[in-house]
Amino acid sequence: MRKSSLFLLFLTTGVILLVLMFVHASLQVRAGAESIQAKAALVGRLDLTDLCLFTEASYTRHLSQADLHTPFQDGPMSLEHFPSGSLVMPPAVTRKINGKVD
Amino acid sequence: MEKWIERQKHIIDFTLSSLLRRKGRNASLILVYTLVVFMLASVVFFVQAIKREASVILKDSPDMVIQRMSAGRHELIPVSYMEQIRSIRGVGAVRARLWGYYYDPVVGANYTLMVSEDSGPPAGSIIIGQGVSRARLALEGDTLEFRSHDGAIIDLGVKSTISRESELVSSDLILVAEQDFRRIFGTPAEFATDLAVRVRNPKELPTVALKAAGLLPDTRQILKDEIFRTYDAVFSWRGGMMLVILCGSLLAFIILAWDKASGLSSEERREIGILKAIGWETSDVLLMKFWEGMAISLSSLLAGVILAYVHVFFTSAVLFESALKGWAVLYPAFRVTPFIDLSQLVILFFLAVVPYTVATIIPSWRAATVDPDSVMR
Amino acid sequence: MIELVDVRKVFNAGQPNEFVAIDGVSLVIDAERTTVFRGPSGSGKTTLLSLIGCMARPTSGRIRLLDREITSLPERFLTGIRQKTFGFIFQQCNLIKGITALENVMLPAYPSGEKHASLKNRAMDLLDTFQILRKAQSRVEWLSGGEAQRVAIARALINNPSIIIADEPTANLDTKLSREFMEIMGRLKSERKTILFASHDPIVYESDLADRVVDLRDGRVEGSVP
Repeated sequence: MRKSSLFLLFLTTGVILLVLMFVHASLQVRAGAESIQAKAALVGRLDLTDLCLFTEASYTRHLSQADLHTPFQDGPMSLEHFPSGSLVMPPAVTRKINGKVD
Repeated sequence: MEKWIERQKHIIDFTLSSLLRRKGRNASLILVYTLVVFMLASVVFFVQAIKREASVILKDSPDMVIQRMSAGRHELIPVSYMEQIRSIRGVGAVRARLWGYYYDPVVGANYTLMVSEDSGPPAGSIIIGQGVSRARLALEGDTLEFRSHDGAIIDLGVKSTISRESELVSSDLILVAEQDFRRIFGTPAEFATDLAVRVRNPKELPTVALKAAGLLPDTRQILKDEIFRTYDAVFSWRGGMMLVILCGSLLAFIILAWDKASGLSSEERREIGILKAIGWETSDVLLMKFWEGMAISLSSLLAGVILAYVHVFFTSAVLFESALKGWAVLYPAFRVTPFIDLSQLVILFFLAVVPYTVATIIPSWRAATVDPDSVMR
Repeated sequence: MIELVDVRKVFNAGQPNEFVAIDGVSLVIDAERTTVFRGPSGSGKTTLLSLIGCMARPTSGRIRLLDREITSLPERFLTGIRQKTFGFIFQQCNLIKGITALENVMLPAYPSGEKHASLKNRAMDLLDTFQILRKAQSRVEWLSGGEAQRVAIARALINNPSIIIADEPTANLDTKLSREFMEIMGRLKSERKTILFASHDPIVYESDLADRVVDLRDGRVEGSVP
């Protein structure tokens, strides 16, 4: 088979796979809607405010509820202590000086 | 039209033959390239998907959380504050939340202990999240020990576990009855952790928040909007995770393109001269260079993106787990829902394919336009 | 068929290493004849051939091909003429390394968009004519000098040109191969092709093929036989 035909076949296969990817994604989103609703319902029932992704420290576990001090660990150098802390930023309102409430 | 296609195919034939001359080098180039695209695409997919999911899941979180502050730190809030909040017009419901962190020395994990009047367990038992269950190998019927604030040991039986589906929000939760909570943490009866407020009309929220701030000057108000913005920021391209990988990938793309852009070897120059001497036009030579760049970058893009999709949405981004986990012992087992869109693909295309292809074409421009008689010498 | 009128070619004009390669050459070359350009190295033979073959433009003067002036044509047209009218055989074969002989032969016709099958057949026929069909799929590095030269000739003929230009084609060949080469050229001549040689090899300029021998020295025509 000609090299160019092989290459174009490869490209076509790749594009088809990409299209399938999108199809699969939209199907999964539809299928996962129930599960997402279950999570949302739990959030409503228990009055939750954060995702349970970073359970290392209080200010990474409850990103939105962190107060002004905990991320800085009382230390004068304010060094970041936990790996997750370097992945997440403190909530927007605490980053503004004297962050006002809207 | 047919002629045009045939011309492209012929030139691609030659381009591929030319690339195959250095099989090892080009194969490893494609491999590295695919790897870089894979990393970048994985992060792009993951971050976007979680961001979308977070915004949907957290839709029903409290409209406003009122935290009492003392010397800049989050302190317990008097339950009596609830009355003042209730008096504000527009407030629908106020609930005193009781929650806190419990460090379990047995496994070194942090749990979030929480009270829920409607969905909580009866006194003496707990409902645990899947992450807790895994960490302590605890199932329905088992007992977990808790050390209270005054040193006493309190045994609580596992009544049930929270569903696997909701791990993303509940993995580390332990629901306890109020009296057990207060026993463990020593929280006095008149105090709660914070107040969860729901308003009747979301448009009135800023006004209500302002009034609350006026009524209770030692508190701060966390609005639902800020919750969303927090997660938006974490998972935006300026967030830590995204930024690190983005910079790394950009650097990688630049280095890969640099090798091409830094000019042609004399051998390559000579070959272009030969092609021109045997009748190829400048446009043919540039077209060949275009396909040369495309062959490498397009193949890597396709392979990298597809592998990234499989990685993120079929294995829940297993390679990122250790980075996201950090030092935590608990990590939720969850399936990321594939919220992807075309714009991500377009961005990846512009980062991965365009610079490299351009870097392959530009240096050849000069050589391609030179008179071919130099090859006669 | 080919007419040169007071053609001059200067390299690096205005710079300290300015070099006049062709210094006022006026010539008429007849069609279907074999012309040999003879002269020492540096006499401008190669430059003259490249000017005639539309590979370079003269600094001044005019070149006419079949009564059509080509000196002032834009590059695109020049390349088209070069592709359709001329076939080049270089001193150093100048085959693309790392790809097969067959591909080398087909290469000049790639941009034309001709159908692959017919192009391939034509290329195979040419290789067959020169008895190197069995080497079609071999990489050019593995070919002997004579085989490579024949691949180069086949390549020059793929677009069925009417004029063949050969620049010192026998310089790297031994006597036997040189004579074989001239035999092939004889066959091409009998197919009514115009052939232009640049050579200082007696096997070339003393052969029966040469209808005319033009002597060049220092970029000028010194003499012509006849």
